[in-house]
Amino acid sequence: MSALQGYKVQSLACRRGGRMLFTGVSFALDAGDALLISGRNGVGKTSLLRILSGLVRPEDGQLFIGNTSADDDPEAYRAPIAYLGHRNALKPALSVRDNIQFWAGLRGGMRTEDAMIAMNITHLADTPVRLLSSGQKRRSALARLYACGAQLWLLDEPSTGLDAASRKRLDAMIARHREEGGIVIAVAHGDLIMPDAKDLRLEDNAL
Amino acid sequence: MSAFFSLIRRDLSLAWKHGNALLMALGFFIIAISLFPLSLGPDRETLGRVAGGVIWVSALFSVMLTLERVFGPDHEDGSLEQLTLLPLPLGMVALAKTIAHWIIASLPLVLAAPLVAVALNLPLNQVGILAIALLLGTPALSAIGCLGAALTLGVRQSGVILSLLILPLFVPILIFGAGAVEASTNGTGAQGALQILGAISLIAIVLGPPVTASALRLAME
Repeated sequence: MSALQGYKVQSLACRRGGRMLFTGVSFALDAGDALLISGRNGVGKTSLLRILSGLVRPEDGQLFIGNTSADDDPEAYRAPIAYLGHRNALKPALSVRDNIQFWAGLRGGMRTEDAMIAMNITHLADTPVRLLSSGQKRRSALARLYACGAQLWLLDEPSTGLDAASRKRLDAMIARHREEGGIVIAVAHGDLIMPDAKDLRLEDNAL
Repeated sequence: MSAFFSLIRRDLSLAWKHGNALLMALGFFIIAISLFPLSLGPDRETLGRVAGGVIWVSALFSVMLTLERVFGPDHEDGSLEQLTLLPLPLGMVALAKTIAHWIIASLPLVLAAPLVAVALNLPLNQVGILAIALLLGTPALSAIGCLGAALTLGVRQSGVILSLLILPLFVPILIFGAGAVEASTNGTGAQGALQILGAISLIAIVLGPPVTASALRLAME
């Protein structure tokens, strides 16, 4: 995985349902950086992540990876990004390995087995996802994230449903990703340990 | 390009694993058709005359039945988000979905149609025309159907709205599809109708997926 140089966000604004959620969100991150987004429920943390991922267009503002702007070349902008939302995007009928392999294959990722070791789900590799507990499903989704080999991770409350041991594994996986030159942007409520992470606190715009 | 084919392969293997999607359309198709001899009576001449139309209408409804499952499960479990985020134009994803839908839902009908047509006493020279008409017309059913499925994604009671939205758009395909079979009986020749069917399918396959992609983007907002 090559290091990602210069992720830059300029004066983003988001409107949902006619209400301005936030305006003027700007930050810049470099290889190895992490950003922790916090704020009250409903302040627009998930919306911000969805804008960063390219799923939703911002009301205003710009996104850059290096010199690539999300407006000019959305496919090139999306290429190094992996997004993990609230939903795990796992197919109940397929095995854990098949689920991970499919997305890794589409993304050109080569480390499915490594990823399953990192999240300790190797023993579940051939189990259909419908038989897994919610924590195990979350671990499989996190393993997929790692297997895809994307440089910029966008994580929306990644540790939901994880036990203490798995949370440690997640912290270790994120640390490893940053050592390899990756960037992590996460929404979390204090249960994610990212040393030297920058903070972005979204304030209530409605008040 | 390999990403495109692996998307198609994934849909096919999911349909195969679930089984029901494949069997549902085909099963409905055969059961619906077998109701007609029960309601119209066993008169072979009557059945032979209506067979073309009966098979086309049943094919329409069978395809209809599968549309909710094209994007529905992917939307619910978050896979659609991930598909939207691939470094691949969303139109290509929609095209892959459309092709996979055609293979899963329509192709079995095309293959089964000659058998049921013979059972309904459709004259043998028309059975071939019917099969060709279905082969040329069903891609349009899939392309328009997937567009409708994308437009009604996340809407409550999407099944009903989907039918109201899509069935009128299926009408030209029905007219020319059944018309091709009819035309080969009265000697006017089926060629014209078949060409129009092919044209409709080509247009639907080219224009459908980009519009489907826009509809999917809206559903993501």
